[in-house]
Amino acid sequence: MTRETAINLLLAALLLALPLIAAGMGEPFYVTLATRVVVLALAAVGLNLALGLGGLLSFGHAAFFGLGGYAAGILATHAFNAEPLFAGIPGTTSMPLIWLVAIAVAGLVALPIGAISLRTTGVYFIMITLAFAQMIYYFAISWPAYGGEDGLSIYVRNSFPGLNTAQPLPYFLICFVVLMAALLAFRLIEGSRFGSALQAARQNGVRLAAVGIPPFKVRLVAFVLSAMITGLAGALYADLNRFVGPSMLSWHMSGELMVLIILGGKGRLFGPVAGAMIFVCLEYVLGGITERWQFFLGLILLGIVLFARGGFLGLLSGKPRHV
Amino acid sequence: MFTALLIEQLLNGLQLGVMLFLMAAGLTLIFGVMGLINLAHGSLYMIGAFACAVVASATGSFWLGLIASLAAAAGVGALIEVAVIRRLYDRDHLDQVLATFALILILSEGARWLFGSFPLYLDIPKLLQGAVPLPGGGQYQLYRLAIIAVGIVVAVGLYLLISRTRLGMRIRAGESDREMIAALGVDISTLYTVVFALGAALAGLAGALVGALQSVQVGMGEPVLILAFVVIVIGGIGSIKGALIGAVIVGVVDTMGRFLLPSLLALTMPAAQATTIGAALASMLIYVVMALILAFRPSGLFAAQS
Repeated sequence: MTRETAINLLLAALLLALPLIAAGMGEPFYVTLATRVVVLALAAVGLNLALGLGGLLSFGHAAFFGLGGYAAGILATHAFNAEPLFAGIPGTTSMPLIWLVAIAVAGLVALPIGAISLRTTGVYFIMITLAFAQMIYYFAISWPAYGGEDGLSIYVRNSFPGLNTAQPLPYFLICFVVLMAALLAFRLIEGSRFGSALQAARQNGVRLAAVGIPPFKVRLVAFVLSAMITGLAGALYADLNRFVGPSMLSWHMSGELMVLIILGGKGRLFGPVAGAMIFVCLEYVLGGITERWQFFLGLILLGIVLFARGGFLGLLSGKPRHV
Repeated sequence: MFTALLIEQLLNGLQLGVMLFLMAAGLTLIFGVMGLINLAHGSLYMIGAFACAVVASATGSFWLGLIASLAAAAGVGALIEVAVIRRLYDRDHLDQVLATFALILILSEGARWLFGSFPLYLDIPKLLQGAVPLPGGGQYQLYRLAIIAVGIVVAVGLYLLISRTRLGMRIRAGESDREMIAALGVDISTLYTVVFALGAALAGLAGALVGALQSVQVGMGEPVLILAFVVIVIGGIGSIKGALIGAVIVGVVDTMGRFLLPSLLALTMPAAQATTIGAALASMLIYVVMALILAFRPSGLFAAQS
């Protein structure tokens, strides 16, 4: 077992144990805080697939996060008001069904966005993904049917068969299991033939093309898969807050997802998890000390980017497995 | 009446375009010369607006405020270049994005700390108050016309600066081969600081000019920053000419879309519905235009050589 694997297991155990202890002590607030960590980590796992493995600096993943959230919000609202969605299809409050819709919507939207954006590279790619996310953001703001600028409230948290999702702990466990499944999927993808091709595309697209694998296709598939995972996280996030609004689509959200990955360690399996734990803790601790916590968060982030390359896992477990 | 409205909206689009040009010119110059993507450019715009508002309300003179905005934005720009940005030139774009994202958090929260969360207001200077008659029977704010004029002056000035002066020669040389001009004895790090401060001053100028039209508040730079990104992506990153043309395209398309789309849709559907759908589509229009342009020219209309 490498040092990184040991740290990963420790992080997973911590993330599971702390909320269980908090729930046992009757502190539901900390369970909710841990759920926030888990859901943000899941969103960043999605981004890590594109950014860490594929080297695709998407600055627009908030779009998929928000679309997943809106999928949950819209389906739940229609079910709540007993109005059919369209063509007689009813809304739903069943989480597994909502997740499927969120994943599908995020993937379907990511396909054209990826197909256009991936024609470009470097800074263009960053700005184009950002611009597409802003397009969806402005659409959400100016489209009044689902709350517009005010967003949508989900009055009752959606249901999961056999569990009481209104309680913080069962909902945390659901999210935790989903996160672990996503991490497993990430590991499987990383080790697969496709994963090798994707990492080769990051390192040198021309060489990959020379051995007969088109980098564009590999990147596009990675981008879509990445959006799907982030979309799923969006649905969970909406249910966590019982609210979805344009802020989930804003470019600050895209920036935060990138920050999570950098804090934890880019391209590492548990990078997003470590990043989300640090970020939420910072937010909570700094937020408790000062109203101006964003100022200090910015300073800390700046320090990490400038002086601690490789993030938290890089500091603890030495050289990355890939360069 | 419709022609007057149309001309008014066209001028509004042009004014937005000019303002975007001031932002985009700095961004594209910084990217072209230093290869740096600077998200904090919107914060420099905000700093310009705040400096202008504070100095104008303290001294009562908009013009002193304008000078203060240039000085403050250029000063803060030079400061963050020396303290932070300088360390980012050799890094990959991800590090640049994150570090400048961190700068946004620091500068926005810092501005909120200093000036509070309430918006400040800036009056249009006496000299430029009032309106000019338009052909077709409308009136147009003199101040907005003045902004357009400032934009044209800056565009010409930048062109002359870059093509006719020694500094411009060095900037162009820095764009094509930074090691070579360093070897020829040009102090490259001072040059970079100067270019960054110049870009910052342009952003500050834009902020101060727009501050008199809107309220001056924290976060005002962010929507403009993203529009400026669209502009330089359309125009081709690194190209000042591209920034000018891209800015006018974005300004006019955005303004005309908001003006025309609802009425165009009203021909085919009920008015209320047309207003909603039209507004929603108009807010997406420039991004659609950008996607279309990129689908045919992936590196923008006037891509720089590198």
